Amino acid sequence: MSATTRPVSTVSRLRSALRPAEGGVNPGLVAALLILFVLLAVTSPYFLSSTNLLNIGKAVAITGIVAVGETIVIIAGGFDLSVGSTMAAAGMTAAFLLGFGVPLPVAFAASILLGILIGLVNGAIISYARINPLITTLATLAIVRGLAYVVSGGREIVISDPAWLSLGTGAILGIPVMIVIVAVTFLVFGWAMPRTIFGRYAYAIGSSARAARLSGVAVDRWRLAFYVTCGGLASLAGLVLVARTGNAQPSAALGVELDVITAVILGGTSLTGGRGRLAGTLIALLVIGIVNNGLTLLGVPSYWQQVVKGGILLAAVLYDELHRGRRDER
Amino acid sequence: MAPLLELRGVTKTFGSVTALRDVDLEIGAAEAVGLIGDNGAGKSTLVKILSGVYAPTAGALHLDGSPVSFGSPADARRAGVEMIYQDLALCDDLDVAANIFLGRELRRRLGPIRILDRERMAAEAARMISELGLSLVPGRLVGTMSGGERQMVAVARALQFQPRLLLMDEPTAALSAEKIRVLLGLVEELKRRGVSILLISHRFTDILHVCDRIVVVRQGTVVGSLQPHAQPAEQTMARMTELMTGDRVSAA
Ligand SMILES: Nc1ncnc2c1ncn2[C@@H]1O[C@H](COP(=O)(O)OP(=O)(O)OP(=O)(O)O)[C@@H](O)[C@H]1O
Ligand SMILES: [Mg+2]
Repeated sequence: MSATTRPVSTVSRLRSALRPAEGGVNPGLVAALLILFVLLAVTSPYFLSSTNLLNIGKAVAITGIVAVGETIVIIAGGFDLSVGSTMAAAGMTAAFLLGFGVPLPVAFAASILLGILIGLVNGAIISYARINPLITTLATLAIVRGLAYVVSGGREIVISDPAWLSLGTGAILGIPVMIVIVAVTFLVFGWAMPRTIFGRYAYAIGSSARAARLSGVAVDRWRLAFYVTCGGLASLAGLVLVARTGNAQPSAALGVELDVITAVILGGTSLTGGRGRLAGTLIALLVIGIVNNGLTLLGVPSYWQQVVKGGILLAAVLYDELHRGRRDER
Repeated sequence: MAPLLELRGVTKTFGSVTALRDVDLEIGAAEAVGLIGDNGAGKSTLVKILSGVYAPTAGALHLDGSPVSFGSPADARRAGVEMIYQDLALCDDLDVAANIFLGRELRRRLGPIRILDRERMAAEAARMISELGLSLVPGRLVGTMSGGERQMVAVARALQFQPRLLLMDEPTAALSAEKIRVLLGLVEELKRRGVSILLISHRFTDILHVCDRIVVVRQGTVVGSLQPHAQPAEQTMARMTELMTGDRVSAA
């Protein structure tokens, strides 16, 4: 077709290999990660200590577990704002059951089941009633959080079960359990997305739900599966969060969806679906974690972290928009 | 012998709009039928009933002489009816092979689970593409391709699973003259292999070129059927225009 000897073709091939849509991760993000890393390593002697690096990992671990589910939902053309509420409700549920003498594994199973149920409700409303996912999950965000308050009477429950607490404080071969959990979550789904029908249909439905449906894909049922995955992972994150703070509270994980969605979009997942990679989300999480850590190490007041977070989200969305614009002019 | 697929007294309404009214149509084995009509005449609606997108409001479908109902496009595909949609219905963010196998992915076992057999899908897609004489790269993202190339992806997808009946809604609309020749050659080849064709086109020359029979719809009803080889092309064309616009009313 085209002359292979043209120098342009090598350059453009290289560029397209690096473009997120074609299987790579945004090189700008990788560069940002490296630059931040080097910058902080030079300016703060404490930064490179293993304690600090593990702290960064722990700080983003819980967000990371949720971000995996959110990435999948957004790739599939959806959106889930109810993850923070699900986390709180999941933690409360397990804490309650534990208080009634229910064994820990059963309490955990029940709380994961609750997340799955919330995912089912989200997915069913979005798929079958055809309500916009933003509106749907904004409603379930309020409902689930509200119910967590109603059921608990607004009180927090202190957890003393050592097995549960070990999820937040324990370590395996020197690596905090939380980090192991988030790493396994990323590995499992990062492996599955390009290799299984689950992942293939997430991309297909996000790309064109109509085309997928006309090709015989059971679009509505698969959407349920994606929201269920997200709800289940949010529950898992909620349980880890309780382990970390030592108590279950109805106000837990308030506003976490901002962090989660920032990581997903910054990681190169398209807001309109069809494109994205979990590797991108992971790198974005690390960038956010390092930025926050750096601001702390440099003594910047914590309010500024909020401002920086919003700025990063805005930059990520702008990047997504510009990137999409370029692709549409084919 | 019973026709391959047959519509009997099919009516389709969308709310207060009647898109099709009491339509009878049959497509024989290895027959190429052309379907023409003005914009909004009901052509797309008719083929979408054949491809399982819509259920008829009234009337019935018969496959090999016995009644069938296609509850979904997947049902129609299983019965050997493939469709190339007017807007192609491709996923831009998937590559060529993934689009060709969408909804019918090949899988292989990996311990207790079944995973996508990406190598085999790429290889089979490449085989189909070269068999069709097309130049498509199986790993290329469809969203980065030209209109003509995308059209060819839709064609390859429809042919990958050896259909008995191929429905094509305006397949030449986005193509250059040269690509149209390729596509029409393909249709001829399929006919030789015994595949039935239903071709919708606004280009009379395409229809005359490949079709054994031409069916004209106007305002949701079949107003005539022509044998293009029974008279000179100019006469057929004139009849087609007449029937489409209803300038001179007469029985076919
Ligand atoms: N989903 C739908 N809902 C409501 N009305 C519809 C729908 N699909 C088709 N129609 C109406 O049915 C009629 C026939 O439409 P159809 O798309 O079948 O025409 P067509 O012959 O394919 O036209 P064109 O040549 O423009 O593609 C039109 O009046 C159209 O507005
Ligand atoms: Mg049409």
